Amino acid sequence: MAYNFEWGVLWTGENGRWLLQGIWTTLRLSALSWVFACALGVLAGALRTLPFRSLRALAACYVEFFRNVPLLVWLFFWYFGAPQALPRTAQDWLNLHGPEFWSAVVALSVYHGARMAEVIRAGIRSVPGALLEAALASGLSVGQAYRFVLIPVTLRLIIPPATNEALSLLKNSSLALTIGVAELTFMTRQIETYTGKAFEALTAGTLIYLILCLGVTSVMAQVERYVRIPGLIARVGTAEP
Amino acid sequence: MSFDWTVIVANWKFLLLQGLIGIGQFGGGTLRLAIPAMVLGFALGVIVGLCRLAQSRWIHYPALLYVELFRGVPLVMVIFWFWFLIPQLTGQRLPDYAVALAAFTVFEAAYIAEIVRAGVQAIPRGQVDAAMATGLPYGQMIVHVILPQAIRNVIPSLVTQFIVLFKDTSLASIIGMMDLTKAAQIVSQREIRPLEMYLFIAVVYWLFAYTMSRLSRRLEIKTSSA
Repeated sequence: MAYNFEWGVLWTGENGRWLLQGIWTTLRLSALSWVFACALGVLAGALRTLPFRSLRALAACYVEFFRNVPLLVWLFFWYFGAPQALPRTAQDWLNLHGPEFWSAVVALSVYHGARMAEVIRAGIRSVPGALLEAALASGLSVGQAYRFVLIPVTLRLIIPPATNEALSLLKNSSLALTIGVAELTFMTRQIETYTGKAFEALTAGTLIYLILCLGVTSVMAQVERYVRIPGLIARVGTAEP
Repeated sequence: MSFDWTVIVANWKFLLLQGLIGIGQFGGGTLRLAIPAMVLGFALGVIVGLCRLAQSRWIHYPALLYVELFRGVPLVMVIFWFWFLIPQLTGQRLPDYAVALAAFTVFEAAYIAEIVRAGVQAIPRGQVDAAMATGLPYGQMIVHVILPQAIRNVIPSLVTQFIVLFKDTSLASIIGMMDLTKAAQIVSQREIRPLEMYLFIAVVYWLFAYTMSRLSRRLEIKTSSA
């Protein structure tokens, strides 16, 4: 194996700036999608535990359809396919505001929202039934009991499996390179193309992902410590991917 | 905007025979990649999982590094690594199919190793003691006592991981391997019917993944009641 290492390519010229831009785009894409995915997940996960058959079925359809199809297919669908079905003005707005980025946000949010829904559902199921009964007995409506009692408790319980989901989302955001979002993997490839130094570029990308993953893990551990309910140590197992 | 579903009928042979199964001049194929990757990934995963539990630190630390490294990096990155490293190390270009198969095997083995490890750790200590008391050598104890029980316990998780692998094979299209996703991309560009095309392959992927997830759930009920 004859290969000349030139680690300098990672910071000379434009390359250092490209890497930083890639990191920034990856973080922005992941963070935005994470917020939407959690919102969708809480909604669909809660609906799946309600005593109304039609709402449960609706949420089940969403979850089962979206999580059983590859994310890459959803990316192509939301980027190439779905905008065609939008009205003309919406298409124009999208074309002005970076359709790649927003399609990736939608694809990641909807896909990971379906996966988060399973995590939330498992979490709600693990909360003792007496809690909901007590909330209802104290005069809260079903909606209020979920909003003020069940969801806040569940969200604290599910932090470990939710951390896995956050990591999975961060890593999956790399797929956005296929529709031309200039995130970290895209920039790694770009440096490789311009300099021909694949080994250095891939090493940089790999190490940055590992560091970002460690960062997410430690942030979530901090969050868990901060919101912990004193005296409660029950933990929910990881939901199936 | 109007739908035209006839593009699916007109291209079904290319999509399903070439893309899904892999029969045709381009090789590849989603199932032809997924099934060997499952078998090889499982075999490697069992080995790595057992190494992770080995007494010797020279065996378990490398296994730990392997698992943590591959689980901390996106699959796309791993595929690019293999794409670049294999020609560097072997001095020749391998077909896209071989590169994809190697990358998926190595990547999925890291996840399967963790599942196998959990299965082994769930076995009561008495099983090991009993096996050793009957005088079984270490290797036979692993093969005849530990692994059969460990794997039976984790079959639902394994099936779930196989579903993930099946969905992940769509990423092979990124390095140009002909699979269902690549076939749909080609047809969609030629016919300019992306909405119909991607919805169609979404349904095909869904049928396989959903069937496997029902199977996993049934196995879960069976193992928990037994």
